[in-house]
Amino acid sequence: MLSIEDLKVHFEIGKRGRDRKVLKAVDGVTLTLKKGEAYGLVGESGSGKSTIGKAALHLVPITGGRLVIDHEDLTRIDQRSEKKLRRKAQMVFQDPHSALNPRMTILRSVSEPLVLHTPLRGAALQARVAELLETVGLSSQFLYRYPHELSGGQKQRVCIARAIALNPDLLVLDEPTSALDVSVQSQILEFLKALQAELGLTYLFISHNLAVVRYLCRRVAVMYLGVIVEEGETEAVFNNPRHPYTQALLKAVPYPQAVQPDKGPPLGGDIPSPVDLPPGCRFQTRCPARVEGLCDKVAPPEIQDAGGLVRCHLFAEAGRASG
Amino acid sequence: MLRFTLKRAVLMVFMLLGLLAITFTISHIAPSDPAALAAGPDANVEMIERYRVEYGLDRPVYEQFVVYLGRLLTGNWGKSIHTTRMVWDDLLAYFPNTVELVLFSILIAIAIGVPLGVIAAVYQNRPVDHMIRILTVTGVAMPMFWLGLMAQLYFALYLEWFPLGGRIEMMTDPPRDITHLLMVDALLQGQFSTFVEALHHIVLPAVALCFPALASIIRVNRAEMLETLNQDYIVNARAQGLSTFRIVAVYALKNAMLPTMAIIGLRFGWMLGGTVLVETVFDWPGIGLYAVQAAISSDFEPIMGATIVLGFFFMMTNFLIDIIYGVLDPRVRDQV
Repeated sequence: MLSIEDLKVHFEIGKRGRDRKVLKAVDGVTLTLKKGEAYGLVGESGSGKSTIGKAALHLVPITGGRLVIDHEDLTRIDQRSEKKLRRKAQMVFQDPHSALNPRMTILRSVSEPLVLHTPLRGAALQARVAELLETVGLSSQFLYRYPHELSGGQKQRVCIARAIALNPDLLVLDEPTSALDVSVQSQILEFLKALQAELGLTYLFISHNLAVVRYLCRRVAVMYLGVIVEEGETEAVFNNPRHPYTQALLKAVPYPQAVQPDKGPPLGGDIPSPVDLPPGCRFQTRCPARVEGLCDKVAPPEIQDAGGLVRCHLFAEAGRASG
Repeated sequence: MLRFTLKRAVLMVFMLLGLLAITFTISHIAPSDPAALAAGPDANVEMIERYRVEYGLDRPVYEQFVVYLGRLLTGNWGKSIHTTRMVWDDLLAYFPNTVELVLFSILIAIAIGVPLGVIAAVYQNRPVDHMIRILTVTGVAMPMFWLGLMAQLYFALYLEWFPLGGRIEMMTDPPRDITHLLMVDALLQGQFSTFVEALHHIVLPAVALCFPALASIIRVNRAEMLETLNQDYIVNARAQGLSTFRIVAVYALKNAMLPTMAIIGLRFGWMLGGTVLVETVFDWPGIGLYAVQAAISSDFEPIMGATIVLGFFFMMTNFLIDIIYGVLDPRVRDQV
């Protein structure tokens, strides 16, 4: 459905000339989403996961690599292929409040894509919008309301209704539940799961919430500083994390018990700046299993085996042995 | 909404009263004798006293104030000593000229300021943005009267593109008063040559007057546009395939225009009261010029009259802006 090969998204920041620096938000990411699957993309803020989602919709300029959606190369788009892309892929944002125009009624917001891409007008348009609202569990009494009159969960449902208005194949869900109350989160998640089954949608689900990804996604990729460090079946990755970063991420999940199990020291420090990338392995500045003279000099190889993909020197030997 | 409107209206009455009280007190404790000034340099003590009694200046200040309020309500705004006409008639002759000048000026400021603000935001930190920033800083910093003088020097005296000052030529008959706005009246009566002449006269003072307003409109609009353009609903509009032009000109601008509207209203009010300098430079027969002449001759009634009118219109503008804000922004509409 969606295939990204060696995708690079670099931003130039700072002034012209010597101060000019390159921010490598996404630096060589390859991933493939099968039709109808929910694919999770996790990582800290600043890891580049949101940028991948936006690049897939051409909302940020693609610096390099290839973007293929539904067997069609959309790395470079013109007016015609852009129109096709807009019908095939839509996005749901983290903050539903900011994602709805405050000056538009729900009817106008949801009818927008339909007006742009279909000949539906008038009563037929309104009927379609009402139908979409019903799909997301909202009654048609919301048609003439404004966003500020709705709760966070209701607004997110409106955003989902707007995103599925054109029957897209791919939905990019950029942290769609993290701005919501916990009770509402679970409602929306269940709804997203049901919706996917009903419409056969493909999800690119971006989140920093591991539990949410585990609930919804069959496969998951863990990102760190613009690259994927580990990828595989969700259960395999979560039960048996291989990359030190994935292990640290899973350790950081709080347990609901009063007595916390001993998980060892948490990950120290912050994610380095994507402008000044560390040499060698990107994770070496914070890695508890860092090997002096190797991790800080040589970029780790990508090891692909039955368990999935991992990018770490620790597995280089094993990979070579089995390969 | 209705309750909000009523509340603001009642508040406005009290503000107007306060304004009257302050202006009245200040003008009456000023150390000058209007009776003596009115009687002229050759008047003897007896004549001055006669003037004093005639204008009621011998009574205590608070009594004069109460009497004055009563007169205002009955439509008797007093008599100007230096024009010897009724203040109401004077105001009706002068104030519309100011309104015309300020309206024309704010229209220029909006027509140029809003697009420039949008351009500056879309091309943030690029050369165009820097050039516009230079314009806004200059607009805020440059004194209006100096700008007016330079414009006169270059465009009126050197290039002779525009007349030096005044409302219309001496020899032209002004149109009959319908709206009291000269250009509108000229159009209504089909006197196109008079209209063009009036338009010709209004350009330089209006441009000189518009600069500070222009600068703040650009700055506010740019800042609001930048904020709006970063909202997710703008990103989403792109994801849906809306054209960049529509996104910027319709979606973003519509939301950014609300605060810009507020600054336009404020600036309009300030310009009404701040035209004195421009009116003086361009010999524009407006309320500022009238008030200054009255102030020079310690002529109370016109000063008070002009203050009330300006104060009233300033408050009215703010009142209207509040209402429009409520109508345009569904969030504000429900709050009030």
